[in-house]
Amino acid sequence: MLEDLSHSILDIAENAVNAEATKIVIEIAEGLDENKITMIVSDNGKGMDEDLLSKISDPFVTSRKTRRVGLGIPFLRQAAEGCDGFFEIRSSPGKGTSVTASFRTDHIDCPPMGDLAATLITLLLGWPDKRWIFRYKINGRQFELDSDEIVRVLGDKESLRSCEVATWLKGWIDENLSILRLGGSDQYAQDKKS
Amino acid sequence: MPKIRNLEDLRKIKESAKDLTAARSGGRTRIIVGMGTCGIAAGAREVMTAILAELEKRGIKDVAVETTGCIGMCQFEPLVDVIRPGEPRITYGNVSPEDVPRIIAEHLINGNVVTDKVIGRTD
Repeated sequence: MLEDLSHSILDIAENAVNAEATKIVIEIAEGLDENKITMIVSDNGKGMDEDLLSKISDPFVTSRKTRRVGLGIPFLRQAAEGCDGFFEIRSSPGKGTSVTASFRTDHIDCPPMGDLAATLITLLLGWPDKRWIFRYKINGRQFELDSDEIVRVLGDKESLRSCEVATWLKGWIDENLSILRLGGSDQYAQDKKS
Repeated sequence: MPKIRNLEDLRKIKESAKDLTAARSGGRTRIIVGMGTCGIAAGAREVMTAILAELEKRGIKDVAVETTGCIGMCQFEPLVDVIRPGEPRITYGNVSPEDVPRIIAEHLINGNVVTDKVIGRTD
């Protein structure tokens, strides 16, 4: 099993990279009142036909050549279903794939979110030529990161690989997620002051 | 009121570090971290975060940090490859975040391979 949800997101997002996607959207929605977290990773990669799709939760099915077991999807399915959540993969050949997993946050087996910022900079630094869109929604408010916007500020994609840029981005993401969790920048400022 | 980071501030980081992109052109040291499911489960993301933090702390700019998928040596994950220009590619296995400062100080800076962590070398 992977340690927490942020590790699963990293893993599933890499499936999208391996499916030759050029654009990958990671969306997390948290409803604090309904004790539920839903994450969706969708890509515009090569997709899977029905036959492969029906077998993809089987650990002994993988397209990889270096190792004959694939555990990423089974791990996530097990984690979601283990806390009364929901798991689904939709895919169509040539169009892309989307993986949805939801979790009941008040269930004792619900994994913690973990370090999302570390996952995101790993993806940005690892695959700077992909377009990464990340959205985190809590009770209707949201933080959005679009790698195209970051690249526009930087001037070129290769700068995403710089460790100074990665470190700055990690701080920026952490800060924005804290602001979101605390309910807006005013509350965040108050909290930092006190 | 404390200052909240703005994405436009990133432009200044980029401008202050003029050699930012030079790391990708040939002739620079490359560090490659295995980031397949096996690597992730073994702690590769934490190792990569530690590498970034150590490079940042030491102000080392001319290094390219990259990731790769599973290479079939899952039992040795996290795997970290260090390639210094003109030298063999060294593969370190079972790397923990605590090993990172030693690998960077010994191998990257001083040029001495950290032999007790090596699991392979490719000329």
